[in-house]
Amino acid sequence: MKNHDKYHLIFAYESRIFVAMENANTNPKMEEWFDAKLQKNEMVEPKDWMPDNYRKHLIRQISQHAHSEIVGMLPEGNWITRAPSLRAKIVLLAKVQDEGGHGLYLYTAAETLGVSRDELLDALHTGKAKYSSIFNYPTLTWADIGAVGWLVDGAAIMNQVMLQRTSYGPYARAMVRICKEESFHQRQGYESICHLAFGTEEQKQMAQDALNRWWWPTLMMFGPTDANSPNSANAIKWKIKRESNDQLRQRFINQTIPQIEYLGLTVPDPDLKWNEEKNGYDFGTPNWDEFMAVISGNGPCNKERLKARVDAHKGGEWVRAAAKAHADKKREMEFAA
Amino acid sequence: MFDLLVPVQPEISNNQPEIIMNKQEALFNYTLRLADNSLILSQRLSEWTGHGPFLEEDLALTNIALDILGQSKSLLEYAAQVEGKGRTEDDLAFLRGEREFYNTLLVEQPNGDYAKTIARQCFMDAFDYYFYSELSNSKDATLAGIAAKSVKEITYHLRHTSSWMVRFGDGTEESHTRLQNAIDELWRYTGELFEMTEADEILLKEGIAVDLNAVKVKWEKHIAEVLETAKVQAPENKYMQRGSREGKHTEYLGYILAEMQYLPRAIPNAKW
Ligand SMILES: [Fe+2]
Ligand SMILES: [Fe+2]
Ligand SMILES: [Fe+2]
Repeated sequence: MKNHDKYHLIFAYESRIFVAMENANTNPKMEEWFDAKLQKNEMVEPKDWMPDNYRKHLIRQISQHAHSEIVGMLPEGNWITRAPSLRAKIVLLAKVQDEGGHGLYLYTAAETLGVSRDELLDALHTGKAKYSSIFNYPTLTWADIGAVGWLVDGAAIMNQVMLQRTSYGPYARAMVRICKEESFHQRQGYESICHLAFGTEEQKQMAQDALNRWWWPTLMMFGPTDANSPNSANAIKWKIKRESNDQLRQRFINQTIPQIEYLGLTVPDPDLKWNEEKNGYDFGTPNWDEFMAVISGNGPCNKERLKARVDAHKGGEWVRAAAKAHADKKREMEFAA
Repeated sequence: MFDLLVPVQPEISNNQPEIIMNKQEALFNYTLRLADNSLILSQRLSEWTGHGPFLEEDLALTNIALDILGQSKSLLEYAAQVEGKGRTEDDLAFLRGEREFYNTLLVEQPNGDYAKTIARQCFMDAFDYYFYSELSNSKDATLAGIAAKSVKEITYHLRHTSSWMVRFGDGTEESHTRLQNAIDELWRYTGELFEMTEADEILLKEGIAVDLNAVKVKWEKHIAEVLETAKVQAPENKYMQRGSREGKHTEYLGYILAEMQYLPRAIPNAKW
């Protein structure tokens, strides 16, 4: 296998989690067949032969995406019982449920690759598997719920649209549904922020404060700058990613600044200014030390998020055991009858 | 003299001054009570969201929370309209005090473990199922419409929670014990579900309200079957707590409202 073109259209949920695939494979004839299939843009299905590295890469990527969805339920779930109107409560509850649904599609997609949900969850609970770092930030006020929908779901979509055409069928199909719902979330988040930005003085301050706190972490969702992201460069070369971290980040900024201006809010970046030449905004440098700290477990909520997942899983152990025991008894009875 | 061994149930409103309600007030109170049941129960259920025992069940419970929150919103809209004083459904949800809520005591009880959440839900689903099935024949077209839509959803909820009751009761020793404890704890809040107030009587005569005595018979039959299949029992102690029909709650409601209402109260006149 002299190049990795065959893996085109696979794309890391967060570029930093992308780990270069190794060159090992054992069945040249099957590989050729697999290559040809990808060249023709045909979908790979669970029953198809696939190279080990392709399988491993997908398992890692899909499960990390799944974990991100269910951990992402926590910061937003934090505000369901405090949502300030019936409509806002319904929208938020439905959104958090959607995220859980995304987790479910993705775990199911990962399971088609021959790994069990228990194994995947175990990797999450023991800290071996990663999830999107953005969820290690706290949702401190109601405005954070709008900001997360608008900015975080917005940034996620930008990273994820391409996955709808990823080569692995179950993943691509899951992503079609997911992307549709994510763009809905983004619109709802923006609408929620609009209510605040055009509301009372307190509401406006709340919106500005949320923007101040979420702006930089959101920009960091696109991963390190290209210069510091060798994996990302490979991913581009292999057509796994179509746009680099910096390109995506730039596109997100260009798209979001007019929205911020419309809202009458200020971007917390003194270096931000329009650059006619590049037809885009220049912007300051994110705090990459903070980025590294959060990734390595020292974000404001890393411990709480993981603990919440572990507690829920452990707390549910007797529930799952009861369901299994009852199902077993029923099967025995049917067998005896 | 009364026998100390036989618990005496207090008469409804026996020491309340007599208030004569008109039909509109009765309808407002009645609709509010139904809305409050769903609102407070949904509030409790959504505490589980993201923390359920496994993902599918997390989604299922959240789905129930969402369904009944939708019911509550429709009912509160109607209540606001019936009242006709310019209050909105949000005003009713977020700006009423502890003594102005009429949800049944059962729904405000804390989630506890999953057995308690399921038992509470099953008791309420069974009530709602028979109640809304009847209410869908109400002469009040709005209530009948909301009821008909709700019954479809509740049919699924009741099937879900009844089957969990059986799984717990007939699952492991631990799940059996947990379910039995939950039933022992919650049983005392089930009597109040069937209490007919002045509003009920006024609206029953008009063909609007449901006869709760009839609902009680069906509820008892369904729950008896579930408990039997689950191999658990209703407690010996049949003393029933009451008070919510007069807005007298357990201490839990105040905390639920404090959490739920704080933001609209902190920034009055804000739109969300
Ligand atoms: Fe996502
Ligand atoms: Fe999602
Ligand atoms: Fe989303």
